[in-house]
Amino acid sequence: MSKVLEGLKYSESHEWVKVEGNIAVIGVSDFAQKEMGDITYVDLPEEGDEVNAGEEFGALESVKAASDLFSPVSGTVVAVNEELADTPEKVNEDAYAAWIIKVEMSDPSEVDALMDAAAYTSHIGE
Amino acid sequence: MSDIQIPLDQLQKTCLYSSHVALQAKMSPFAGFMMPIQYSTIVKEHLAVREHVGMFDVSHMGEIFVEGPEAEAFINHIFTNEIRGFEPGKVLYGMMCYPNGGTVDDLLVYREFQPEHFLLVVNAANIDKDFAWIQEQAKGFNCKVDNASPVWGQIAVQGPEAEKVVMEVLGYKEAADLSFYTFCDVEYKGKRLILSRTGYTGEDGFELYTTLENTVELWDILLKAGVEPCGLGCRDTLRFEAGLPLYGDELSPEISPVMAGLGMFCKFEKDFIGKEALLEQKAGNLAQKLVGIEIEDNAIPRAGYPVELADEKQVGVVTTGYHSISLDKSICFALVDKEFAALDTPLNIRIRKKVFPGKVVKKRFYQTNYKK
Repeated sequence: MSKVLEGLKYSESHEWVKVEGNIAVIGVSDFAQKEMGDITYVDLPEEGDEVNAGEEFGALESVKAASDLFSPVSGTVVAVNEELADTPEKVNEDAYAAWIIKVEMSDPSEVDALMDAAAYTSHIGE
Repeated sequence: MSDIQIPLDQLQKTCLYSSHVALQAKMSPFAGFMMPIQYSTIVKEHLAVREHVGMFDVSHMGEIFVEGPEAEAFINHIFTNEIRGFEPGKVLYGMMCYPNGGTVDDLLVYREFQPEHFLLVVNAANIDKDFAWIQEQAKGFNCKVDNASPVWGQIAVQGPEAEKVVMEVLGYKEAADLSFYTFCDVEYKGKRLILSRTGYTGEDGFELYTTLENTVELWDILLKAGVEPCGLGCRDTLRFEAGLPLYGDELSPEISPVMAGLGMFCKFEKDFIGKEALLEQKAGNLAQKLVGIEIEDNAIPRAGYPVELADEKQVGVVTTGYHSISLDKSICFALVDKEFAALDTPLNIRIRKKVFPGKVVKKRFYQTNYKK
């Protein structure tokens, strides 16, 4: 059983979003980290990069495979969790504590299109 | 091998399928079979084999028996390695090639204790293709070819504690007398069991070939004794670190043994199918060679990623790559234009949008630990 936190928004590609004013904090769900197994590398974007909703902004790598990360919202990357470069396993340890990027949203209404905890729980079939 | 698409309901199951499901293994199609990829995690299973002992269901592998007065001459005709003068109880690694040098398969040849009897162990994905090829080439030779793959199971017990497990848990004291690449015949429940000191991990280990019923019983005994079940996920990371090729990635109809750096398993003093083409390649008449590349970052080079020069000109492609579990480095095998195959040649790998500098290194990344 994967953990799904109340109060977050979720994308179909298993990213979570925590809205803090105009900033979207983005990570991947517990379900996603379990599916991937041991995460060995996080390919991070750089501060100042522009991201678009639904487009790839980086990747998580397990031993076996690379999974692209898709931004649930559009905007500018204002912070990157550099800690994950040296300790990618933190995503496995607590997927909701291990945020990946923070995005200053250009269109905060994009968040409305994302799933809430209940919808996401049903999306992953649990 | 990922390009072979078989509908899920047509996938074969090995005799140990129920055990994998009961152990809640992550299952995935491989070579036409539904196989366990991992039971716990790839890292844990990989380390079990490197440090202690692990076991693999390799019942999907193919067993083809060849016997008859001209069996030796026939096998020597299709096999790149030299089997004349090699004694009963020995195992030889080599390839079968097409006349153009491309690889039909890589395989093990066992010379059995019964005169004029041989066992060929081939890759699961190639069983039908190999059997057809062997039958076709066998015309005109006085020998019989039998594909017994469906009735043989196989368990690989691998790791530094493999000998102890085979001797103490299974009671086969014969294990102590086997050196790497030799085998002996023993019995389990009155049925034949081929105890072979071989493997595909870079560690010491054994492969046990026996009936399907015996395979299921032996697996359960080993499981109860605490031997870690290991999936194909770590089988790939282990063989890769040890510099061993995987058919479909590092060998194929387009990739010859010479291109793959396996010329030492081709004996040019004898005749075999593909010899002339391989001799040409050996003389330098080949476009690409397989190399090892190490990059200076933890990003992971994966199969299909481009290998480039500093000016972004593509000169090759990655065939297998990992962030090595045992060595903590990002390394890969890549097929590159031959001018760039020399050790220490700087080569870049493009991983998604970024380019990572690296250099050509030896393909045997991990120091293997075989019993001499």
